[in-house]
Amino acid sequence: MLTISNVSVSLDNKKIVDNVSFELKENDLATIIGPNGAGKTTLIKAIMGVLPYEGNILLEGKPLSALKPRQLARRIGVLTQKHQPQFEHTVYDVVSMGRYAYVEGFLGRLGQKDREKIEEALYLTGTENLKHQSVLTLSGGELQRVFLAQLFAQDPQILILDEPTNHLDLKYQIALFDMIKEWSMKKGRAVLAVVHDLNMVYTYASKALLMDGGRTHAQGAVKEVLSRENLKSVYKVDVAEWMQNLLHHWS
Amino acid sequence: MGQVKKPAGKHISFSLLLGIGVSLFLGTLFLAVSVGSIGASVGETLGFLTDWLLGRTQDADDTLLSIVVHIRMPRVILAALVGAALSVAGVAMQGLLKNPLADGSTLGITSGGALGAVLSIVLGISLPFLPQAALALMSILFSFLSLAFILSLSYKIDYNLSTQTIILTGVIFSMLAGSLTSLLVSFAGSSLKQVVFWSMGSFSGRNWTHVLLMLPFFGVGVVWLFCLSRELNAFSLGEEQARYIGVNTRRTKLLILVMVSVLVGISVAVSGTIGFVGLVIPHITRLLTGPDHRKLIPLSALFGASFLMLTDLVARTLFSPAELPIGVVTSFVGAILFIYIFYTQTHNKTKGI
Repeated sequence: MLTISNVSVSLDNKKIVDNVSFELKENDLATIIGPNGAGKTTLIKAIMGVLPYEGNILLEGKPLSALKPRQLARRIGVLTQKHQPQFEHTVYDVVSMGRYAYVEGFLGRLGQKDREKIEEALYLTGTENLKHQSVLTLSGGELQRVFLAQLFAQDPQILILDEPTNHLDLKYQIALFDMIKEWSMKKGRAVLAVVHDLNMVYTYASKALLMDGGRTHAQGAVKEVLSRENLKSVYKVDVAEWMQNLLHHWS
Repeated sequence: MGQVKKPAGKHISFSLLLGIGVSLFLGTLFLAVSVGSIGASVGETLGFLTDWLLGRTQDADDTLLSIVVHIRMPRVILAALVGAALSVAGVAMQGLLKNPLADGSTLGITSGGALGAVLSIVLGISLPFLPQAALALMSILFSFLSLAFILSLSYKIDYNLSTQTIILTGVIFSMLAGSLTSLLVSFAGSSLKQVVFWSMGSFSGRNWTHVLLMLPFFGVGVVWLFCLSRELNAFSLGEEQARYIGVNTRRTKLLILVMVSVLVGISVAVSGTIGFVGLVIPHITRLLTGPDHRKLIPLSALFGASFLMLTDLVARTLFSPAELPIGVVTSFVGAILFIYIFYTQTHNKTKGI
């Protein structure tokens, strides 16, 4: 569905993303992993046209940059890392803004289908009971789920998630990945997520892209990408050994 | 999933607020037109206005009528237009920048417009066919030059036109224009008093020419910003978020900035610099109705109009026949009103719901 080929992003003459190529296919739950500063978020911003880039990013063979913002939003939705609301929007208002790309007219009256999508999104993310609450009163985890609900209401074909389990406790981390996995299995859909928790990558991802210093260190099947050598050279920690030691505590 | 929690910020229903806003607006309008150094009863005022609207004023030789229709009416209506314009501009800037401390003057247009006006006072520029409007036209011209300068410089610095760049450029430009204005003032000589009085804002001596000059700019600016309500809602969640849900952020941002400049520029041109309205009215309205711009824009226009008509009334009657600069009154009244409302609102909130 989404083809990224030889993409580079430079900021202040420094290459933040350096010649990355990647393919997202239907029903993929692909993950981008790598240490802080590896260029993961920058790559996402390039895909969404927020940052200028070299190379090609194609959606079903057509360049993404040719799409108008509304068309793009109907195809690809993004969950950002940080949410810092400033005003007292209600949860329902925030989620209904996900329908922006579909609703015409300056008053933006929601139709039957829009309202159904919003209700479904609230239901899926377990935020129905927060519906009338101001977003300023929510915890970090609740806020994350509200913006995920906005994303579901937006109903794109591809979800791009930047550290989606940020702020979530373990129960919701698992719930969220179950939810995303299920979402990605439907026809014509795919997910690309930046994930730090390698256990989650093992459990849920269909493939992985390991980035380091803006470059592709490895990509492909999760098992191969997460090899001991790869992780050791990228994270400078013997991750496998660390994880195994950790297991002793649980047995 | 547990019980549905009660709404946190209890906002008053829109139709009720709209009713209050309209009645407040009409009430203030009549009060402001009736009260003055020579008073007229509401009945008399109504009589004058219907006579005037029906075109029956030619034969009537009545000083009270001519004061009400030719002096007070345009002044009060102009105050209403400026109040509404500054409030709507403030709403738009706060939403766009996702910052409740912004207002129309954040952009630096106010200072540019003021520079133009002071220049025309000091140089004594007047147009043969429109003697009243020379100052206003100079001010409008300078507002637009300022906008063009600020936006093109921001664009040169930062292709993405990030709000931070724009604010920074605006603030620096404000200082530049302010220093030039001060320089002019120091050479002002005999016109010094006029300059100082103007820089604190006033509706003294404004007539129908000013109203007619303002109307098209006002109409375009307010209506256009109202049509961008949904985009402003999206921006108030953050620019990146707005972009991801499908807003053409670059184009929309430019449009909003231009419309805010139109409103702020024309306001400075007809009334001088009037502070605080664009900051306080959006705040108060948002506390009452919530952050949805579809409600916020019409309501703050009504509240802003009423507020400025009322403060102008105070400015011209409190120490009559002397007039206070309206900027002084808006800041004074606005600050107290703001502290009171902000205190009661947040106080109730922290007490728990």
